[in-house]
Amino acid sequence: MIDEQSLITINADDLVSQVEKLRNSGHRLIQICCAKIADTIEVNYSFDNNYSFTNLRIILPLSDLRINSVSAIYLQALLYENEMHDLFGVEVKNMAIDYKGTFYRTSFKTPFNPPTDKA
Amino acid sequence: MHFFVILKTLVKNLFSKPATVKFPFEPREYPEGSRGQVVIDTSTCIFCGLCQRKCPTAAITVVRAEKKWSIKRMQCISCGACVDACPKNSLKLDTKYYTPDVTKKEDTYNA
Amino acid sequence: MEGKKRTIIPFGPQHPVLPEPIHLDLVLEDEKIVEAIPSIGFIHRGLEKLVEKKDFIEYVYVAERICGICSFIHGMTYCIAVEEIMKLNIPQRAHFLRVIWSELSRLHSHLLWLGLMADAFGFESLFMQSWRLRERILDIIEETTGGRVIFGSSKVGGVRRDISREKMQEIVRRLKVFEKEIKELSNVFIKDASVQHRLCGVGVVSKEQAYALGAVGPTARGSGIASDMRKLGYAAYKEIAFEPIIESTGDSYARCLVRIKELFQSIDIIAQAAEKMVDGPIDIKVSGTPDGEFFARSEQPRGEAVYYIKANGTKFLDRVRVRTPTFANIAPLLKILPGASLADVPILILTIDPCISCTER
Repeated sequence: MIDEQSLITINADDLVSQVEKLRNSGHRLIQICCAKIADTIEVNYSFDNNYSFTNLRIILPLSDLRINSVSAIYLQALLYENEMHDLFGVEVKNMAIDYKGTFYRTSFKTPFNPPTDKA
Repeated sequence: MHFFVILKTLVKNLFSKPATVKFPFEPREYPEGSRGQVVIDTSTCIFCGLCQRKCPTAAITVVRAEKKWSIKRMQCISCGACVDACPKNSLKLDTKYYTPDVTKKEDTYNA
Repeated sequence: MEGKKRTIIPFGPQHPVLPEPIHLDLVLEDEKIVEAIPSIGFIHRGLEKLVEKKDFIEYVYVAERICGICSFIHGMTYCIAVEEIMKLNIPQRAHFLRVIWSELSRLHSHLLWLGLMADAFGFESLFMQSWRLRERILDIIEETTGGRVIFGSSKVGGVRRDISREKMQEIVRRLKVFEKEIKELSNVFIKDASVQHRLCGVGVVSKEQAYALGAVGPTARGSGIASDMRKLGYAAYKEIAFEPIIESTGDSYARCLVRIKELFQSIDIIAQAAEKMVDGPIDIKVSGTPDGEFFARSEQPRGEAVYYIKANGTKFLDRVRVRTPTFANIAPLLKILPGASLADVPILILTIDPCISCTER
């Protein structure tokens, strides 16, 4: 495709400051998603600024699935964060609205990261 | 301020033919290439089982030894993956649709 | 405000106006909404998880069925992502065919929305007239792809069906006639006093708010943000001259106008694509398996859709993630609702064109 995609891997601690920097430079949050790769979970934060695409990536080990919320910077992040809590079991601290696992009504908990796979 | 702008359209509709057909009495004509049900020509089929492997909903079962080809009609999504895969062109998508039913039917064809 | 009594009214998941299961807890002061808290997840189907069971070629059929209205663009975006990972150069003709089908699907989706909108404010004859016109588009779709709603014509490596030159000219001719009829229909939406009464000045979301909350599609363009993912130039959009349609007022009426103007734009794009279309093959043979990752973005009738695909070199993909436009538009909805009266809620929810089934996948 035409657009260049920059994928940047950052530390979980730097997340909030990095996201704030992007917000101040006029980026729009497109989406947040998780992907389970072997025994880690990759969390992708995608941003767009005038059709140019930026992606921040955080790699979390399955044993420590905790992350800070960015919903204070982008309100809509709360939807994605509740989603990753319900589907992947990632604990997100300080969400604007915490549905406590009732955002998706799944028949068993964290279907995309079943407990049997956990280390 | 404009009121009753739609009036012109409504009056026109009042004196023109309905947009619908009287369905059960007047059959619908399907255009050429419409994806209806899958039909098989068992005389050319070699029962290779390629369609079974390509079917995304696993609706097709092929038993090579008994020369049996069966399809779960209610599971088929008429995507045409089997038709594209068939090496002998024995499978075709008919323009007619399978009739609705209250039970999940499986049709079996033998050579 | 101190002393005022607040009431919480549950709205949905079943409501006569909305065919889709979204639930909102509406906090009211008298008739005015002060806050809305959304809740979804009634129809989570786990289609993203299904990728572990279906190989990357078969998954196209699943991707198409994520949404019943923008089915083709879902399938196409998935194919674009896989093709990009596999570095496939698909023929130019396939790109143009994808543009034509995308625009046909935009036409039928917007007409569907206009009908639903008319139905929501109780204008039954306008609703029927919109859907009557929509049938014509569905007929064209059925003649060219074989399906009325699920096109099934995109595949990894190109498209599955071709449209002959004569057929293409006939479609353009039919759309020209069709354009006059939509003109008549859209006049009602634009001019009629009863329509304006329900839509003007209701549910205003400013440009800054819409941008900060990540609004996409007509919801963003109705607030004056010129964001249209077709400008990325996927498929053959880079060969086609068009400008995103924007309205500045940001109310329900503006969002309605954007969709009406996009109907005419789509017809124009189809005519352009038909003219510029090149002859040649429509697909290439796909061999090997994808390895890598890609974020594909496309403009659906409802806004920007994002497909994230991570492949690991086997025929089963690691992860497919679909961010549908409605998911992004839920946050602006929470800014649209406060200040409106309870009776306007169904209309305001409809103005973002919600498609909850695809939101939850």
